[in-house]
Amino acid sequence: MSTGGGAPRWGYLAEFDSVDALLAACEKVRDAGFVKFDAFAPFPIHGLDEAMGIRTSRLPAVVLGGGVTGAGAALLLQWWTNAVDYPYRISGKPFFGLPVAIPITFELTILLAAVGGFVGLMIANRLPQLYHPVFESARFRARATTDRFYVAVRADDPRFDPDGTRSFLEAAGARSVERLEEE
Amino acid sequence: MSAAPYLPDNTIEAPGTRAPLVLGDNDFASVTEKVCGIVERPKPPRWWYAAFAVSSALTAVLLALMGYLFMVGIGVWGVMIPVGWGFAIVNFVFWVGIGHAGTLISAILFLFRQKWRTGINRFAEAMTIFAVMCAGLFPAIHTGRPWFDYWLFPYPNQMYLWPNFRSPLLWDVFAVSTYFTVSLLFWYTGMVPDLATLRDRAKTRARKIVYGILSLGWRGSGRHWHRYERTYLMLAALATPLVLSVHSVVSFDFAVAQLPGWHSTIFPPYFVAGAIFSGFAMVITLIVPVRSYFGLHDLITARHLDNMAKITLATGLMVAYSYGIEFFMAWYSGNQYERFALVNRALGPYAWAFWIMMTCNVAAPQAFWFRKVRQTPWMLVTVALLVNVGMWFERFVIVVSSLSRDYLPSSWGYYKPTWVDLGTLAGSFGLFFFLFLLFLRFGPMIAMAEVKSVMPAAGLEHGPHHGHGQYWGEIPHQHDVQRGDARP
Repeated sequence: MSTGGGAPRWGYLAEFDSVDALLAACEKVRDAGFVKFDAFAPFPIHGLDEAMGIRTSRLPAVVLGGGVTGAGAALLLQWWTNAVDYPYRISGKPFFGLPVAIPITFELTILLAAVGGFVGLMIANRLPQLYHPVFESARFRARATTDRFYVAVRADDPRFDPDGTRSFLEAAGARSVERLEEE
Repeated sequence: MSAAPYLPDNTIEAPGTRAPLVLGDNDFASVTEKVCGIVERPKPPRWWYAAFAVSSALTAVLLALMGYLFMVGIGVWGVMIPVGWGFAIVNFVFWVGIGHAGTLISAILFLFRQKWRTGINRFAEAMTIFAVMCAGLFPAIHTGRPWFDYWLFPYPNQMYLWPNFRSPLLWDVFAVSTYFTVSLLFWYTGMVPDLATLRDRAKTRARKIVYGILSLGWRGSGRHWHRYERTYLMLAALATPLVLSVHSVVSFDFAVAQLPGWHSTIFPPYFVAGAIFSGFAMVITLIVPVRSYFGLHDLITARHLDNMAKITLATGLMVAYSYGIEFFMAWYSGNQYERFALVNRALGPYAWAFWIMMTCNVAAPQAFWFRKVRQTPWMLVTVALLVNVGMWFERFVIVVSSLSRDYLPSSWGYYKPTWVDLGTLAGSFGLFFFLFLLFLRFGPMIAMAEVKSVMPAAGLEHGPHHGHGQYWGEIPHQHDVQRGDARP
């Protein structure tokens, strides 16, 4: 933790008033080599992930895993319960048949894939997390989910410099740059 | 009720230009203001209280009649031999069908990049959730012994029994519960950013706490949005086959049986088309008055209504085609029982129900060929209401007319609903509107974040894009003006 004169404890929060300004600023922050920074927007923005240099997430693998688990579990469940543990003839149907098992297999595939996607999203995003340092900013609380865009650069980024980073953000087009002191 | 303001006509197709989806003098802040303003007014409008009183009363009727049913047994209903499936199953199929439009709008139109969906998807998804809740009620109570419902689930038990997975009725349990769960996840995931907006604007302590918890601490982080967009896209891709599967599985309840009039391979697609048809009719029925009462004409534009009417017309034609094919197959199969079942449908004791169905489902939606009808709110609602009635009767015709006259003439009968049946049907509408009115009062009924992302200021025209914000390819550098300003 930097303890130097003007360094904020958590970092700087810069406010921008348009999508274009945010994208341009993110590209600059990315190109300057910062890694511990984040952008904030009230809606998903086309190209923000590239401007921030975010790599593709691994969530699709989680969803695939959920789907495969669901399909496997459904087949095993139907086969074991109706053909092994408690076999009984009904309407002359075989104890287990793939066509007749498809609907439930399909449903459980979708169910576990979707639940996996949702839970994976929550874990990857570390949500629910009701408190975050950016909420200390009154400006952020008032407009971040309505019509303003923000970039936060953390003080523990290796390239962080109390004065240099502030003027860098101002030069990148920020309307204002705030210090965030709370962890 | 606010009068419709003058807005430019965005239903005209101009090649090469994208029709605006948000009209009027709106920016991001005004979209938030409009949508949140509805939830934040200190008191709901007077019509809301009236509607809420009626729907609460009907919900109470539903609960009372359920209590009566559980105490006395299903003899209080009109079901008998041979018609063992009466209103309960008709209502179940009807309500599940209503739900389908919500998932179609939220998932299928999302995959097809239909940007206009953003104005209506939240609303339609809420309708889905509440309709599926009403639907799920009926199978749960239709045996009159809901305390045995847990037998449907495969769990190790002291009876050493397992459910019969070879029965379509069990498939239904899995299909409907999966459908409900996935729809709920999809709806909630989409709503989290908007709940965060409500949280940030909340004035009272109770609202701060409730919206604070529901929004999970969402802060609009770019890294979160990135994963959120991926997940949303995947949930849409999962919900798309799911919505087609649910009514297919419901149709298996009929199609797998041997009964003439049920035993048909066209049932799955026919049921899905019918479900989407009825669902869109219900969205139109609900959204036109809400749009007008809350003055949302610039977010839910004439183009949105026009598009919904077109989809209703298209699915209505598919339903009409299915009706035709049913008759053709009955004739072409050469099977005397099939032929009898279909002739009996059109000319037998339930001919009145059949002709209500034909009038409402085949004739009425043809009005949507006319631009005038698609763009006049009261005409839209009139046709949509007729379709709602017709689609309920379709399920009545399928269930009741087929069962009442099967192979053996000595066991034929005529099913009549009792007052309990009618009261329960009315009560299910009460429950639906009860939940819906609460949602209108406390939830963000338009997906603000998504609407903002299709506004010109969001940079939608930056090039090809996938999902809400998924961007593949070069970023055109249109930021130079901003950069110029910022340069020291």
